[in-house]
Amino acid sequence: MWASSRRGESVFRGLTTGSGVLVVASIALIGLFLLIQAIPSLLANQANFFTSTEFSTGDPDNLRFGILDLLVVTLKTSILALVIAMPIALGVALFLTQYAPKRVARPFAYVIDLLAAVPSIVYGLWGILVLAPVILPVNQWLVDNLGWFPLFSQGNLPVGVRGTIFTGGVILAVMILPIITAVAREVFAQTPRFHIEAAKALGATRWEVITMAVLPYGRSGYIAGSMLGLGRALGETIAILLVISASTGMQTLSLFDGGYTFASLIASAASEFSQPLPTGAYISAGLVLFVLTFVVNALARVVAGGKVNG
Amino acid sequence: MAKRIDLKDVDIYYGAFHAVQSVNLTVAPRSVTAFIGPSGCGKSTVLRTLNRMHEEIPGARVDGQILLDGENIYDRSADAVAVRRTIGMVFQMPNPFPTMSIRDNVVAGLRLQGVKDKKKLDEVAEASLRGANLWNEVKDRLDKPGGGISGGQQQRLCIARAIAVQPDVLLMDEPCSALDPISTLAIEDLIADLKKEYTIVIVTHNMQQAARVSDQTGFFNLEATGKPGHLVEIDDTEKIFSNPTEQATEDYISGRFG
Ligand SMILES: Nc1ncnc2c1ncn2[C@@H]1O[C@H](COP(=O)(O)OP(=O)(O)OP(=O)(O)O)[C@@H](O)[C@H]1O
Ligand SMILES: [Mg+2]
Repeated sequence: MWASSRRGESVFRGLTTGSGVLVVASIALIGLFLLIQAIPSLLANQANFFTSTEFSTGDPDNLRFGILDLLVVTLKTSILALVIAMPIALGVALFLTQYAPKRVARPFAYVIDLLAAVPSIVYGLWGILVLAPVILPVNQWLVDNLGWFPLFSQGNLPVGVRGTIFTGGVILAVMILPIITAVAREVFAQTPRFHIEAAKALGATRWEVITMAVLPYGRSGYIAGSMLGLGRALGETIAILLVISASTGMQTLSLFDGGYTFASLIASAASEFSQPLPTGAYISAGLVLFVLTFVVNALARVVAGGKVNG
Repeated sequence: MAKRIDLKDVDIYYGAFHAVQSVNLTVAPRSVTAFIGPSGCGKSTVLRTLNRMHEEIPGARVDGQILLDGENIYDRSADAVAVRRTIGMVFQMPNPFPTMSIRDNVVAGLRLQGVKDKKKLDEVAEASLRGANLWNEVKDRLDKPGGGISGGQQQRLCIARAIAVQPDVLLMDEPCSALDPISTLAIEDLIADLKKEYTIVIVTHNMQQAARVSDQTGFFNLEATGKPGHLVEIDDTEKIFSNPTEQATEDYISGRFG
């Protein structure tokens, strides 16, 4: 009897260890695959991969590609998205867990979760067709009035072009809002009742209960959720491809530049993938994105201290 | 400072459930009153109406009057948050704010009242920790998190936090039930000290403890599950434990002791 239960245990342990190893191995294999495909192109590259802003792969004998602009555009859109989404998600999560009565909180939370179910292509279409025209006057106002501030200076797109990094960032913010909100809501709702009672018994108002008990408890989870959102924003492809206009100009600090992120550039070049050397160039870019997302997710996990498995 | 408490025809409900029925009692200032009785008879419920924590539960409600030196804390003009600022509460499970430093834990209530002066806060922190018999154990690590000390120390930290605002009343719900005998004795000694300045109401399942620390003991009981609990009698502790008026009290006490 003892032996059999132990066999059950070892089967279970074998299964879990096996699937764990499988996951890690496939991640490593994906990385390895990317690396093997990328190396010939990287060797053939005539420009500096990390500092060049060019990305010309038309002539396989004269490959010139670098990731600087891609990195800049990717970071600008993603960080803008985070800056917009984080406070909103915090507010929504606090409202849902601390203020709203249950019968309001349920449907509201459901709607927010639904945002995550909308396909990216729909966000892209909505972004360029509906949101961009609405945002354009805001763009213009910021350029006219706060143009001295580098982030708001006239970008590398002609005046009146709608698909800027700014627009892309706003779309991304909507797209990552659900995950940040969901994680934050989860951790805030788990604040131990006795911490909340401790604050209330001292005569804390609702807001003071939040600052004394809820936020200290949920802070790391909220940050981890934000990083998961950031990971999503970094890799978002189709919405960004549709929304942000291409631009031949230099990347500046401005949010009103156009351009490509890692993901949108790779997607836009899908037709070139018949030739190995140009393909390798895009794969190199993909590899950088892979590492970037990986690092962000790892950071999320470290911050969360194992609280989140998203 | 220490105030007198009067309960007049207090009925307590959780939604439709009538949890406690017509309680009448008086607690003198600078005295310790113990509530005893079987589990589920409503001791905690009564205690939590004394600082208006009860109404935090959705649907919970209180009828009747609870007077603090003659002022009804359930008066329409009385704000629950303001009431709680003058009434300290210590819970069964020690509940310091775990990431807040020991010092900040102690003065958390004062901060809520808007005290900002660092010197004053430090003074109060020391005085309260001394008052809670904890100063010597933590004076070298006031900046360490409140969650990082032993359970007994945490409970004394919670007492320090409660007395830092110099409350009119101090409520304790089984404050020793999660503690070892030595920490329990430390807290009982502390209660004996604190009663010189505060009005204290304590819930306990430990009848020796009630006998040791209290001046007055109230026995709660309930006829059957689902029926409301009620106060059977309240009298001098000595009388309750030696010669109670009600047979039910006698049975309960002798059952436990015998
Ligand atoms: N949050 C609540 N919602 C509904 N009913 C409750 C709630 N808390 C307590 N009750 C009910 O109120 C009655 C009194 O409970 P209370 O916690 O006051 O008992 P107690 O005397 O403190 O018991 P114990 O000695 O076990 O702590 C019980 O029937 C209990 O089930
Ligand atoms: Mg109780």
